[in-house]
Amino acid sequence: MTNKKGYWRANLRLVFGCMVVWFIVSFGFGIILVEPLNNIRIGGYKLGFWFAQQGSIYVFVALIFFYAWRIGKLDREYGVAE
Amino acid sequence: MTLQTLTYLVVGATFALYIGIAIASRVDSTNDFYVAGGGIHPIANGMATAADWMSAASFISMAGLIAFMGYGGSVFLMGWTGGYVLLAMLLAPYLRKFGKFTVPEFIGDRYYSKAARIVAVICLIIASITYVIGQMKGIGVAFSRFLEVDYNVGLAIGMAIVFFYAVMGGMKGITYTQIAQYCVLILAYTIPAIFISLNLTGNPFPQLGLGDTLVGTSTYMLDKLDQVVMELGFAEYTTNARLSLTNMFMYTMSLMIGTAGLPHVIIRFFTVPKVKDARSSAGWALVFIAILYTTAPSVAAMARLNFMQTMEPEPGQYMKYEERPSWVSNWEKTRLLEFDDKDGDGRIRYSADPEVNEVKKIDNDIMVLANPEIAQLPNWVIALVAAGGLAAALSTAAGLLLAISSSISHDLLKGVFKPDISEREELLASRVAMAGAIGAAGYLGFNPPDFAAGTVALAFGLAASSIFPALMMGIFSKRMNKEGAIAGMVAGLGVTLLYVFQHKGIMFVASTAFLGDLPANWFFGIEPNAFGAVGAIVNFSVAYAVSATTARPPEHIQDLVEEIRVPGGAEGATGH
Repeated sequence: MTNKKGYWRANLRLVFGCMVVWFIVSFGFGIILVEPLNNIRIGGYKLGFWFAQQGSIYVFVALIFFYAWRIGKLDREYGVAE
Repeated sequence: MTLQTLTYLVVGATFALYIGIAIASRVDSTNDFYVAGGGIHPIANGMATAADWMSAASFISMAGLIAFMGYGGSVFLMGWTGGYVLLAMLLAPYLRKFGKFTVPEFIGDRYYSKAARIVAVICLIIASITYVIGQMKGIGVAFSRFLEVDYNVGLAIGMAIVFFYAVMGGMKGITYTQIAQYCVLILAYTIPAIFISLNLTGNPFPQLGLGDTLVGTSTYMLDKLDQVVMELGFAEYTTNARLSLTNMFMYTMSLMIGTAGLPHVIIRFFTVPKVKDARSSAGWALVFIAILYTTAPSVAAMARLNFMQTMEPEPGQYMKYEERPSWVSNWEKTRLLEFDDKDGDGRIRYSADPEVNEVKKIDNDIMVLANPEIAQLPNWVIALVAAGGLAAALSTAAGLLLAISSSISHDLLKGVFKPDISEREELLASRVAMAGAIGAAGYLGFNPPDFAAGTVALAFGLAASSIFPALMMGIFSKRMNKEGAIAGMVAGLGVTLLYVFQHKGIMFVASTAFLGDLPANWFFGIEPNAFGAVGAIVNFSVAYAVSATTARPPEHIQDLVEEIRVPGGAEGATGH
């Protein structure tokens, strides 16, 4: 028995969660909070600068694969897989 | 062997490879021509998408821009990668489930309206043509700089190569050549970067070298860079924002949603077999893109430091013109680098103060192109960089041309004017449209319009303000109807064009810029290139307001939306 409505709601929750992370690492850490974060250093990197030029991109990659993995599980749970 | 001969050999070998691939991947159906039969492995598609996406601008210009913008250049790094997150979660899987050939086709079907489809075709063609002009110029410039052939001859050779594999192989030919082109361009980009990072910091990973200490000292590379640029009066590298944080926010957002809305990127996800492949393929595309995009900021900072230290070898001691390194005199010949010893002391003073600055011109592109010479790498690396620049321009041009030709033959011809056309006739029409698109792009490359420089930004603004919102609402809102979608697209597009034109001039003719290109007149200090995000907000608002006051979409459209939201039951991409 497939439950398309429940699947869609679960998908929206997952997408929303991922979008929050997407926003925080780029717009949050990379732009809005860049000045306070620049007071923290990892090696030669100021942390805000690192998020803007390196960290956000790594998180984006991880986020897409995380989404693909979780939504694949939901596909099977709700019986809507291909 | 001279550098010239070596460059001909390396570039010639890559071209022979592309032609060989073209012959091996000829097609004889529209399904193959538009979406490569829908059978591309997600990792292969990710690689092709990366080559499709990374243009001559990413390969040649971006690191140079960042080198002179510092932290402000982050808008390109985050903007041009973050869009893939939106693509993977908000668009690609659902459009793949829909299972048709083009982006306007989805908009036409979802909004049950030929008018909506035609509006989408217009947005697509304007966005893609403006983009392709830049690629054509890139091909001509790369040829004339590295092979010392005439710009026009270089452009003609580039067009002939694209013609060969795009007309013969369609999406299938383009996909396999893009995979080869990705390999060429990523090697050409990372090899010099690794050596520069080793030279400066001793770290073989440029991504780590950027945060590492300089060889033989305990000073961090970035601290040294901040110190030397500020000594000459420039803004601190690691904190220099672009205009304001508000502007950076909007610029990044515009590039992200523009990326997700560019049709030539979206159609790449129609080539994979399943919905779940579309999701993972977006991840792979970003992996392959991130290899270049995380290297670029290191190339930028290290090239800037090398340049600063060439200009000022010891504190307060500027470069003696007579003793300049050979890469400096080489690039002087190209007029991308020019000096003017104003005080005649035989030294070139580099300063942020235009009164005393003697570096008359320094073109951003030098930062990548001169890298192998600065790091004293062998000639074959220089030859490889030439081949890499050409691969980046050719692969992006081919992807854009396919998006243009498929929207003409499939959306306009089959969809609107002649629905009963046979598959063989449509395939022929798509080849003719491809040849026509190459001809038109070539013409614009031979005669670049005055507004060419401003138009790539316009392409992102258009995609962000028109196509992205229409696609997203088509998937996430069952209530959105044709009146709302069309009004939204027209309003978003209109506001963005108006803002760009009022500050940059109508069609970029500066004298018609009735509000002037002055930051004081900018809306919240947002520069015109960053306005696509505002256009998108206007699009969403108008669309919701209009659709709330007009009739609900018909029942079968609401069923269609339900259908694309779940992966189950996806068929191979089909036009029928």
